[in-house]
Amino acid sequence: MIALLIRDLALAIRAGGGFGLGLAFFLIVVVLVPFGVGPESAILSRIAPGILWVGALLACLLSLDRIFALDFEDGSLDLLATAPIPLEGVVAMKAAAHWVTTGLPLTLAAPGLGLLLSLDPAAYGWLVLSLALGTPALSMIGTFGAALTVGLKRGGLLLSLLVLPLYVPTLIFGAEAVVRGAAGQANATPLLMLAGITLATLALLPFAAAAAIRINLR
Amino acid sequence: MDLTVQDLACARGGLPVLEGVGFTLHPGRALMLRGPNGIGKTTLLRTLAGLQPALSGTISAPPEAMAYAAHADGLKATLSVEENLRFWARIFGQTGIGQALDEFNLADLAHRPAQNLSAGQKRRLGLARLLVTGRPIWVLDEPTVSLDAASVALFGQAVARHLRAGGAALIATHIHLGFEAAELDLTPFRARPRAMDRFDEAFA
Repeated sequence: MIALLIRDLALAIRAGGGFGLGLAFFLIVVVLVPFGVGPESAILSRIAPGILWVGALLACLLSLDRIFALDFEDGSLDLLATAPIPLEGVVAMKAAAHWVTTGLPLTLAAPGLGLLLSLDPAAYGWLVLSLALGTPALSMIGTFGAALTVGLKRGGLLLSLLVLPLYVPTLIFGAEAVVRGAAGQANATPLLMLAGITLATLALLPFAAAAAIRINLR
Repeated sequence: MDLTVQDLACARGGLPVLEGVGFTLHPGRALMLRGPNGIGKTTLLRTLAGLQPALSGTISAPPEAMAYAAHADGLKATLSVEENLRFWARIFGQTGIGQALDEFNLADLAHRPAQNLSAGQKRRLGLARLLVTGRPIWVLDEPTVSLDAASVALFGQAVARHLRAGGAALIATHIHLGFEAAELDLTPFRARPRAMDRFDEAFA
């Protein structure tokens, strides 16, 4: 299974692999917001946690339809389904590769971009922590959505519509953890909820996604 | 290590295409599936490979014995020939891809990205993958598409070698591959139109 993860990472960083797409999108959103909202740092600092979380979420969404579509088109998915590794493991590795190429760079880039939005200095640590806890859930839920829509022509729209509502709880608790942390309030509850969502998706969705792929391959 | 199929019926897109298919494939033997386009050769092979459920009937084979190769080769354009092959070898828990490269005359191309291969070379790489699966029963769907005469001969030799080593092969093809093999014409197994008694399941 590690071989699959390594292959997906190698494919992502080679030409046309799509690595950096989400990161570039995140950068664009965050750079454009101050132009749209105006330069007053009081307003920017208030909306910064929400903007950063929404930007990260949309950046994740952007690369979801590639997770299985490319393997489906070139026949790899059929071959992986008949290989000795379980399809649940394939799904988990796909989600892991998506997180390493999307969620992890977003988490690491977020503090730098927080500077552009005059994020409260107290919030930087909470921003990184909440993104690190929450982005694996975004990748896992997105992989599940990609499994549901694999094989559909132009399934990207349906995928976005399916996945967006599932992303809402992660967004709410993630942004809330940063806002409360910045204000010096207790934020253990939203952080625990965020971690809970991530663990639950990691535990359950590989099985659901593998079942969806089995049906879509028929 | 026999592959035995009894009274198998399979469907494509919800419609039955084949019924009553039965055969036994012994180690060291090959079976050629014949029949006109659309008779259900691909559907039968996908059912045997476990990619779709059979409507009825039984398939008995040793577990994890089948290596399936379809029309698409499952190659990644930006990976080299060697990387593509090594990936599949690792997925199937095998080491060593040298023999596969040699048998399909790919050693000179080992470091070339798959996107720069010709259609025939890609096909050869796709077939070389069978050798790195280490599985005894090859289930092949039109393996000779886009191969030239020399490559077909190369492929025929690889299959013959696999059979001599105790493997088996089930091949849907329209051409002769240069070794003795039994043939199974699927035309008599075409599913008759039947009353759709289970039709309302979804609409009840």
